[in-house]
Amino acid sequence: MKVLVPVKRVIDYSVKARVKSDQSGVELNNVKMSINPFDEIAVEEAIRLQEAGKATEIVVVSIGVDKAQETLRTALAMGADRAILIQAADSVDVDIEPLAVAKLLAKVVEEEKPGLVILGKQAIDNDMNATGQMLAALLGWPQATFASKVDIGADSAKVTREVDDGMQTLKISLPAVITADLRLNEPRYVKLPNIMKAKKKPLDIKTPADYGVDVSPRLTVKQVVEPPARSAGIKVGSVAELIGKLKNEAGVI
Amino acid sequence: MSVLLVADVPAGQLATDVTAKTLSAARALGGEVHGLCASSNAETAAAELAKLDGLDKVLCVSSDNYAQGQAEPMTDLILSLASNYEHIVFPANAFGKNIAPRVAALLDVMVISDVMTVIGPDEFERPIYAGNAIQTVVSGDSKKVLTVRTANFDAAAAGGNAAVETLAAADSAIVPEWLGNEVQKSDRPELTSAKIIVSGGRGVGSADNFSLITALADKLGAAVGASRAAVDAGYAPNDWQVGQTGKIVAPDLYIAVGISGAIQHLAGMKDSKVIVAINKDEDAPIFQVADYGLVADLFNAVPELTKALE
Repeated sequence: MKVLVPVKRVIDYSVKARVKSDQSGVELNNVKMSINPFDEIAVEEAIRLQEAGKATEIVVVSIGVDKAQETLRTALAMGADRAILIQAADSVDVDIEPLAVAKLLAKVVEEEKPGLVILGKQAIDNDMNATGQMLAALLGWPQATFASKVDIGADSAKVTREVDDGMQTLKISLPAVITADLRLNEPRYVKLPNIMKAKKKPLDIKTPADYGVDVSPRLTVKQVVEPPARSAGIKVGSVAELIGKLKNEAGVI
Repeated sequence: MSVLLVADVPAGQLATDVTAKTLSAARALGGEVHGLCASSNAETAAAELAKLDGLDKVLCVSSDNYAQGQAEPMTDLILSLASNYEHIVFPANAFGKNIAPRVAALLDVMVISDVMTVIGPDEFERPIYAGNAIQTVVSGDSKKVLTVRTANFDAAAAGGNAAVETLAAADSAIVPEWLGNEVQKSDRPELTSAKIIVSGGRGVGSADNFSLITALADKLGAAVGASRAAVDAGYAPNDWQVGQTGKIVAPDLYIAVGISGAIQHLAGMKDSKVIVAINKDEDAPIFQVADYGLVADLFNAVPELTKALE
């Protein structure tokens, strides 16, 4: 079974996002960028499936700027077999919406015919949490989102999902789309020799036009602002003072 | 045109609080609001939904296909009704986030996730970058499919009396088999609807020590939360997690114990009305958002606080 893993290049999770002074978005130039952490977990899961003999080939695909090649090379260094970049934006400030991404991925699925698509539950930039569900919808496939455990059988998968009050386990038929939550696994560290090897793995470059998909946005971003800052209050000197403030000043207990 | 509010009804039980908060957002869009109550034996939940103030009609659909909120049959049902509505609104919880994008894709519209403010019928505010920025978006799509960040809306009151209309289930080609839920049984209030939350962080030190947190919570009738660091360290279960990757909460009182205040965590609780921080590190970032900060060893302060409340 071939596994397709879409990955996104995003601001590194350790970098604090700063809003641009013209309120057009978040500053992404000269900021450290990395593979979206949830997508990294998806890549790791695909590699573990391959190591367990359940996946034959892992294809990673990214949609965005030319530099997303770096993100794909990271996934190849982790252990993916080959990569596809769909160059859909000239500037890092252009975020391709999940609907357009899902349409492009649906075309890639048509060509590649994977038995499973696994990707992160959300990207940590736009926080939409939508691409996996939209792709499953367009393909008419079952979906299992927010996965914390995946057990792939011959023609079905048992997936444990993170839901609001605990876990839910579903059995879905394959092919299917699975989105990875944080606790699915801990991604491996990439070793230097593998980074060298990854440079020689195949990486195809395509454009949205190759797939006949219109990627123009449906949502217009009017402005991006910092959230209202919460100012620090006071320090209390003792538990007794704290209780006094909560009872008499705040009136919350 | 009208608004379709999709209620979260796991196993025939209405999730009243999240639904009532989502209803407030739905009302702000303008037009009639119809509530969709789909689950196994949905009648009781539909009657309960009809009592929320502000619904013009409740659509009740009973089928085991909808019992666990499975996205595929729920999407088929919603699509069969979609032509009557300009807006389709879900709570931004695990239920709504799972289904809304699937519905949106098949309507060929872009989903609008985590709406925190309804500015107009096609203009919304939503958090991006873990709440470090707030984006105002205008949708150019003919239909708007949105999920609502319930912590930002007050619950609609009781006192409504909407008519309940029973509909047949829609055909569905895919119905995933439900194998079971693993739910932490608890008498404590739900995190997302609790008035008071006591949360522990990595400073709590162990799963056993979390009994200090739960004892204080029980004394206050509060829900128990945890930072991602505490969950990752195995001190607390994941469904207690508050933050960007956990639950977004806004109680009247949030007590953060042994939590340093990573951006990740602040994103989930900084809309709380009153924040208390107890931490021995006086430079911890949590103090920058706390209304009342107590620089103290939690192992002394928390038992003292619990005892003083007796």
